[in-house]
Amino acid sequence: MFEKMIVLSDEIHAFIKSKYDEGFNYLLDITAIDYSDYITQQEKDFALVYILRHESFKNYIVIKTYLHELEIETISDIFKGANWLEREVYDQYGISFKNHPNLRRVLNHKEFVGHPLRKSYPITKGQILHETDDLIDEMNHRLLSKGLVCKTDNGLFSECSKDLMFLNLGPSHPASHGTIRTYVALDGETVEAAVSEIGYLHRGFEKSCENHTYNQIIPYTDRLNYCSAISNNIAFVKTVEEMLGVTLSERAQAIRVMLLELSRIEDHVVCLAAVLVDMGGLTNYWYMYNPREDIYDLLSKLTGARLTNSYMRVGGMANDLYEGFEEDLKAVIKKIQHGVEQTLALIKHNRIFHDRTQNVGVISAEDALNYAITGPNLRATGVAFDMRKDTPYYGYENYEFDVVVGSVGDVYDRVMVRFAEIDESIKIIKQVMENLPEGDVNVKDASVTLPDKEAVYGTIEGAMNQFKLIYEGVKVPVGEHYSALEATNGELGFFIVSDGSGTPYKVKVKAPSFTAMSAYPEIIEGSQLADAILTLGSLNIIAGEMDR
Amino acid sequence: MELSNPSLPNNIAITTKLDEAIGWARESSLWPMIFGTACCAIEFMSVAASKYDISRFGAEVVRFSPRQADLLIVSGTVTYKQGPILKQIYDQMSEPKWVISMGACACSGGFYDNYTTMQGIDQIIPVDLYVGGCPPRPEALLDALLTLQKDLRTNKYNPNRHENFKGLLDNV
Repeated sequence: MFEKMIVLSDEIHAFIKSKYDEGFNYLLDITAIDYSDYITQQEKDFALVYILRHESFKNYIVIKTYLHELEIETISDIFKGANWLEREVYDQYGISFKNHPNLRRVLNHKEFVGHPLRKSYPITKGQILHETDDLIDEMNHRLLSKGLVCKTDNGLFSECSKDLMFLNLGPSHPASHGTIRTYVALDGETVEAAVSEIGYLHRGFEKSCENHTYNQIIPYTDRLNYCSAISNNIAFVKTVEEMLGVTLSERAQAIRVMLLELSRIEDHVVCLAAVLVDMGGLTNYWYMYNPREDIYDLLSKLTGARLTNSYMRVGGMANDLYEGFEEDLKAVIKKIQHGVEQTLALIKHNRIFHDRTQNVGVISAEDALNYAITGPNLRATGVAFDMRKDTPYYGYENYEFDVVVGSVGDVYDRVMVRFAEIDESIKIIKQVMENLPEGDVNVKDASVTLPDKEAVYGTIEGAMNQFKLIYEGVKVPVGEHYSALEATNGELGFFIVSDGSGTPYKVKVKAPSFTAMSAYPEIIEGSQLADAILTLGSLNIIAGEMDR
Repeated sequence: MELSNPSLPNNIAITTKLDEAIGWARESSLWPMIFGTACCAIEFMSVAASKYDISRFGAEVVRFSPRQADLLIVSGTVTYKQGPILKQIYDQMSEPKWVISMGACACSGGFYDNYTTMQGIDQIIPVDLYVGGCPPRPEALLDALLTLQKDLRTNKYNPNRHENFKGLLDNV
């Protein structure tokens, strides 16, 4: 359920404020579209798109505005989550936001010249960075706002109350996933102020989409959230299929549900293993990683790859389940349950675990919504937003499962929500496998899915069909569409602009980790340094998804 | 230990023996520093976990401080933004040191031929071994490790091998 509307650019702030008051208080995404190469002339070359979700979580609105000048009022005073999203638009498209508190690049480096997602920017034009940003400037403003430094007469900053020590957490640090940098001001062990820098794994996914066909993009989506590759595949092809207007067979839908849940387990297992290692509980890592290896074995038998499966295709999937899959899956599920049991036995009544996690890294439900945090991180605060229940797809309404919620929104809740979600996912998988419908897994539509190999080698029509689909790609009707599903980290959405060709004109990912990370500096301020590490781990920030 | 140490006797037969002794010692005491950035780092986690278990080959003490490590495993995409960090980590490691480039991205940029991804880490630091794959299977990384160990054992290690290397960030 969604509505599209076009608003004048100078009314955007007031309009979004009025929508906010109507209950659209959850900002999904902000992105821009560069229409300069588009098939039909648009009102202006640049447009901004805001996607907001209603507080009932059932419906969303897409607000578009054409820009007469490359400047617009910020909405970061309404949504905290808008801060980084607007910075990204500024970075990638060069559109500035009036009254933005900290308008600077977020994904590209500080020596970067130009705006890469503009159509005029050549895709392969790389720019070398010689020296990393010191972030002192941003830190000083942060300290100033907290009253920890004063501005001297000559415009410099000086410490005025506490004796602070500055420290870089990451990016090359095991607990910062190798790609996240947080610059902290410490008073003893307490984090007084923090600023985060991301973009170390910005691999230009969105730009790469603009010169690949739809099916060629699937391997790129694997590498967004590489801990649960298949769920990214599904989120992408689901959006494309909705634009095409094709309906999947029941069997394909059921298999997708089963694989989505298996990916969820796969991802939660890594997150939990890592966060417990960050806490010093190395044994849990061995317990949790063994079942993950079993999932890998199952998936490589099914898809041919352990980690980056690329299993989905527009209109279905690469192949049907192999014979004996069900028995293999049952065995894997037993092993997962065993691994979870062993881990829980170690931590469930463990005082150290409780002391280290309870009331640590707390984020309130209100803040979480305002930052557009989603998925298990949001549910841990007590908000029962789960797209599988609120806007069901692929027949999720037919399966019985619970939405797990926490109450405090601390590290403990985030960890335990994930443990409980593994159980719920297993429940769903069992239900799917009990009533797996028969039939084809691919839609029978020559303009969407590849013909049978016999037809390709035996008939001229089949050969032409194969050639055109591979060479030109699936032709998606002209339009702009946003669609999402409940991936492991929450609402994973794709906003696709099509110009009718086999290559998308623009793709934007609504990445759950991105918004969670934008809240991170605020969450850790005031907490202990060691707790900041745990908080990061429990948020399950996946850099590939965050930086794209 | 530098073999040109003047206090050692200048006797060819003994030097060869010493080489072998050192090679034997080095072979099984590699200390990897894992520079994990992306998907390949998740596969490295598998290599370290029980099933593949890198400790069987004497290289399990993963250090995250370059000062304590002699084998840099770059696993994952390195972007231009990450470049100076990687260079700094490499420079901070003391000799002797080796570099394994794990996965397509680290070797050549992989399929990310675009404005942000460095087209191979050998543009900024010298690499000893390249492991293909996106990501490589754990066996492939173990194979690279065994190859390196074999080279160390058979004295193929040449401390001056990267003497003439000049990367993009060395001109500054």
